[in-house]
Amino acid sequence: MLSLKLAFKNLLGAGLRTWLNVLALSFAFVLIIFYNGLIDGWNRQGSRDTKEWETGMGQFWHPAYDRFDPYTIEDSHQPLSKEVLAEIENKNLTPVLVAQATAYPQGRSISITLRGVDPEQTILKLPTADLPSSNGTDYAIIGKSMAKSANLSVGDNLLVRWRDKNGTFDAREIQIASIFKCNVPAVDKGQVYMSLHSLQELLGMENEATLLVTGEGFEMRELNGWSFKDNDFLLADMKKIIQSKKAGGSILQGLLLIIALIAIFDTQVLSIFRRQKEIGTYIALGLTRAQVVGIFTVEGGAHSILAILLGSAYGIPILLWLNKTGFNMSYAEDLNFDLPIAESLYPYYSLRLVVITILIVVISATIVSYLPARKISKMKPTEALKGKLQ
Amino acid sequence: MENSTIIKIEKLIKRFPVGKSHFTALNDVNLSVGRGEFLGLVGPSGSGKTTLLNIIGSLDTPTEGVVTVLDRSIAALSHKQSSQLRNRHIGFIFQTYNLLPVYTVYENVEFALLLQKLSASARKKAVMDALEWVGLTDKIKSKPSMLSGGECQRVAIARSMVKRPEIVLADEPTANLDSKNSHHILQTMKNLNKELNTTFIFATHDEKVMKYLKRKVSLEDGKVVKDEIIKNSKN
Repeated sequence: MLSLKLAFKNLLGAGLRTWLNVLALSFAFVLIIFYNGLIDGWNRQGSRDTKEWETGMGQFWHPAYDRFDPYTIEDSHQPLSKEVLAEIENKNLTPVLVAQATAYPQGRSISITLRGVDPEQTILKLPTADLPSSNGTDYAIIGKSMAKSANLSVGDNLLVRWRDKNGTFDAREIQIASIFKCNVPAVDKGQVYMSLHSLQELLGMENEATLLVTGEGFEMRELNGWSFKDNDFLLADMKKIIQSKKAGGSILQGLLLIIALIAIFDTQVLSIFRRQKEIGTYIALGLTRAQVVGIFTVEGGAHSILAILLGSAYGIPILLWLNKTGFNMSYAEDLNFDLPIAESLYPYYSLRLVVITILIVVISATIVSYLPARKISKMKPTEALKGKLQ
Repeated sequence: MENSTIIKIEKLIKRFPVGKSHFTALNDVNLSVGRGEFLGLVGPSGSGKTTLLNIIGSLDTPTEGVVTVLDRSIAALSHKQSSQLRNRHIGFIFQTYNLLPVYTVYENVEFALLLQKLSASARKKAVMDALEWVGLTDKIKSKPSMLSGGECQRVAIARSMVKRPEIVLADEPTANLDSKNSHHILQTMKNLNKELNTTFIFATHDEKVMKYLKRKVSLEDGKVVKDEIIKNSKN
C-alpha cells in the first residue's frame, strides 16, 4: 500500500514524462481491446449469419455427404421418411437437395451447386418465397455475389447442365426470379437455389434430400439414416479462419505494446540513474532495499494503471460508439473474402477480453519496471546518498 | 542526563578497495558516546568523518573491529535489522538536505513515520510537533523547490526528529547555509538535544558548528587524534 501511494506520488510528480508514457501505453490498451473486440464481433456476426442463412440449429446429413468433397454429392441423397416429412410439415426441419452442375452464363462455363429448397420454409433466411410456382418455367434465386460474377439480373435465363440420378447429362434454361443479399459467401458464391420439388424432378430424385436443416422447434433426437452435425462442427472452420486473423493482428498490437513498454523501461532506467540520492535517502530513512525495489517496480507498473484510466477515459466513448454504429467493412465485398462479413462489423467487448487485456498491460509494465529496479538491490547506500553512479 | 553509553566503537578499521589495493578510511578508532551528547567529529576532508557516521548509522559495515549502537552490533545486523534500526532509532541530516522533491514539507516529514504502524492522527500530531520545533508550520503544503536552503535543512531536521530517535547523525548540516541560517539550525538542534535528550553527532569542519559542540572528536587520516569536552560552548 505504501509502495503504491509513493509510486503514484512520484509518477504524478514526474509530470509530462509520465503522461507521455501513459499515453503511449493507453493507445496499446485501447487498440488491443478494439481489435480483439472487432474480431470477436466478427466471429459472433459470422456465426449468427451462418446459422440464419445456412446451418440453422444444426444439420442432418446423408451419411455419405461431405461438403468439402464434390465427389460425394452425387451419391448423397435419400428418401424422406414419414417421421421427417412430419417434422417438415411442422416447420421444424427443412430439406435441401444438393447437386453439382455447370452453368453457361454469356457463353462462359462455371461450376455451380444446385440447391433445392422448400419455397415455404421459414427456418433459413433465404428468400425462398421469391421462387414462383412452376408454370412450365424453372425458376431460381441467387445471391448478389453470384449474380455479379455470372453477370446475371432478375429475369435472365441461365443454361444449366447436370447429371441425373442415372448419371445421364441433361440441360435446361432456368430463369432468375430474384437476387438476394447475403453476408455468407458459402450461401452465395456459386450457389443456385431452386424449388425442392423442381430440382427433385430434374434429378429424378422424387421425395429425396441431401441434408435436413433443423429449426428452433426441432426436438433433438437421432433420425434413422441421417447423421447429425451440430453448429460447433459446422462453424468450426469459419471460426478458425477468423481466429487466425486475430493472431495476425496481435503482431501489430504486440509491437505497439512493446514500444510503450520500451518507453517505460527507458524511463525507469533513467529514473534509477537520476534518483540515486533519493534511493539512498529511502534507505537512510529505514526502507529495506527490497522495499525500494518495490517502490520503483510499482512506480513503473503504475504507468499501466494510469494508462488504463486514461485509455478508459477516451477509449470507452469511442469503443461504445463503434459498438453502436459499427465499423465500416463495405469495401470487403470487393476483396473477395471467403468469410461471412457484414457491411458493418459491430465490435463485441467481453468482460474476459477487458480483464485479460488489463492483466497483459499491468503485468508486462510491471515486469519491465522490475528489470531495471533490481539494480537497486546491489547499490551501496553510502554511494547512492552522494548521488554517485554505480 | 548524559549517562549510559549508546554507541561503543572498538578497534574500528574500515578499508575501501581501490583497484587491486585498498584505502584505509578509519584506522583503529575507539570511541564511546553517551546518551544526550552533542558531539562533533571534526577534521579535514578525507579524515574519515562521514565514513564513521555511515557505520554508526548502519549504512556501512566495519572491515574490522566492533561497533555497537544501542546494544546492537552493526556488523551482525541483517539488511532488515539495520533498516529497522535506522527507521526507529536513528535520524539523518545531510549536507544537501536530501528531501524528496515531489513531496510537500508535510509529506517529507511524515515519510519517516509511514513505515511505523501509527494511526493517521498520531502521525499528524507527530509531524505537526516536529514542524513546530523547527518553525515551519506555515509551510506544510510547500514543495522543497519553493523553500530556501535554511528552510530545507529545517525540514530535514524535522524529518530526522519526527520519530523521536535516540541518535541524530548530521553530515555537514550547515555546509550549504549562510551564517544566519547556520546559527538558526544549530540553535534548533541544541534545543532538541536539551528538550528530548537526543544524541547528536555531527561530521563537520565548520567553525560555526564547533562553537555549539559539547564534545569534539578530531580525526586525521582515519585516526582519532583528539577527544575533548568543550566547556565554554554555546550549548
